[in-house]
Amino acid sequence: MIQLIELTVNGERHDLAIEPRRTLVDVLRHDLGLTGTHVGCEHGICGACTVLVDGAPARACLLFAAQVEGAEIRTVESLAEPDGTLNDLQRCFSEHHGLQCGFCTPGMLMLAEGYLAEEPEATKEEIREVVASNLCRCTGYQTIVEAIDDCASRRRAAFQDQLDRSTA
Amino acid sequence: MKPAAFTYHRARTTAGAVGLLTELGDDAKVIAGGQSLVAMMNFRLARPEHLVDITHVEGLAGIRRDGDSLRLGALTTHRAVEKADLGDFAVLSRAMRWVGHLPIRTRGTVGGSIAHADAAAEWCLLAVLLDARIRAEGPSGVREIRAVDFFRGPFTTALQPDELIVEVVFPRPAPRAALTEYADRRGDFALVAAAVDLDADRVVLGGVAPTPVLVERAGTAEEIAGALELRDEPGISAHYRRGLVRTLVQRARKEASRG
Repeated sequence: MIQLIELTVNGERHDLAIEPRRTLVDVLRHDLGLTGTHVGCEHGICGACTVLVDGAPARACLLFAAQVEGAEIRTVESLAEPDGTLNDLQRCFSEHHGLQCGFCTPGMLMLAEGYLAEEPEATKEEIREVVASNLCRCTGYQTIVEAIDDCASRRRAAFQDQLDRSTA
Repeated sequence: MKPAAFTYHRARTTAGAVGLLTELGDDAKVIAGGQSLVAMMNFRLARPEHLVDITHVEGLAGIRRDGDSLRLGALTTHRAVEKADLGDFAVLSRAMRWVGHLPIRTRGTVGGSIAHADAAAEWCLLAVLLDARIRAEGPSGVREIRAVDFFRGPFTTALQPDELIVEVVFPRPAPRAALTEYADRRGDFALVAAAVDLDADRVVLGGVAPTPVLVERAGTAEEIAGALELRDEPGISAHYRRGLVRTLVQRARKEASRG
């Protein structure tokens, strides 16, 4: 059976005719061509498919696309500028060598993006705990934790700077 | 893998969901957060012909204090409970860090976890520990089932195929309670989980039997562990599991006494 759904991904609306059994990750990759989101285990363990659903990190392999009709979906493609300039989080991953093969990276980025938006004051320990959500077989996680922690510090500093300027 | 084909139904009200369940019978499954069900469907361990999606039903999510009791709407996510300031029910918030990982907790729901009835699941233990009432709506209205009567076997509950959990009610505060567990890797299913309420003198164990095991007027951790009937299983001996029970009960009691 084919079902019509309307999905909002990275601010863009899409009308889709899909089978209800289509998971969000398969719709993103196969129907929308957004192959930045990777798919690994398909049972919620590896986290490679992590995307944001209404701002919160979620496993795109454990959601049927039909369930998230009406939600705002964000994928890794939303991070960089249209001209390819990396965002601050992506630059931190690059600077800290927070990736090697890159397979887990889109999931790690979206996990961190969602988490830092909710918890800008996160400590390094808390970041380490959250990074445990996703598997990485290359880095040993240390550099990923450092990249996210550095990004969080820079964002806090920038925010403080803004506050200082506005009150000056 | 990919799940088998099914027909998707979206309920807008609980009455609508119950109507669909009544009509579709045994071939239908309710889906909320789907964090267990979709994984099982991807493995094809579950192949429902119909899914009734209740995530778009209004008013089924929310945390409400009602006198002494705390009422959790079935669609309340683990993450919402984790982040809530629950006062003398803080044991619930603190226990949430054991539920999977953050991206699981943002989707998984209280009602879904209890309906799924994994014997080691945190919500199942907490419900039994704190004598929760599970409110289920069916064609003839809402009935209340005590958690101790709700879990019947592995992944088996007192729910009828045409019933839907709408709310879970925790009747009284538990300021000196705690849950802890052990798994080989962070976020995995617990090998053993232990929940204690010092004031009610109760211990509930997960991972030691097909349903949560309630021990009332609990003795020492040694006595509790010694009284369990455990068998050697692949990868984990009875001796090791008994040791985990002993340690985790002690740990939970220590955490609970700090309040």
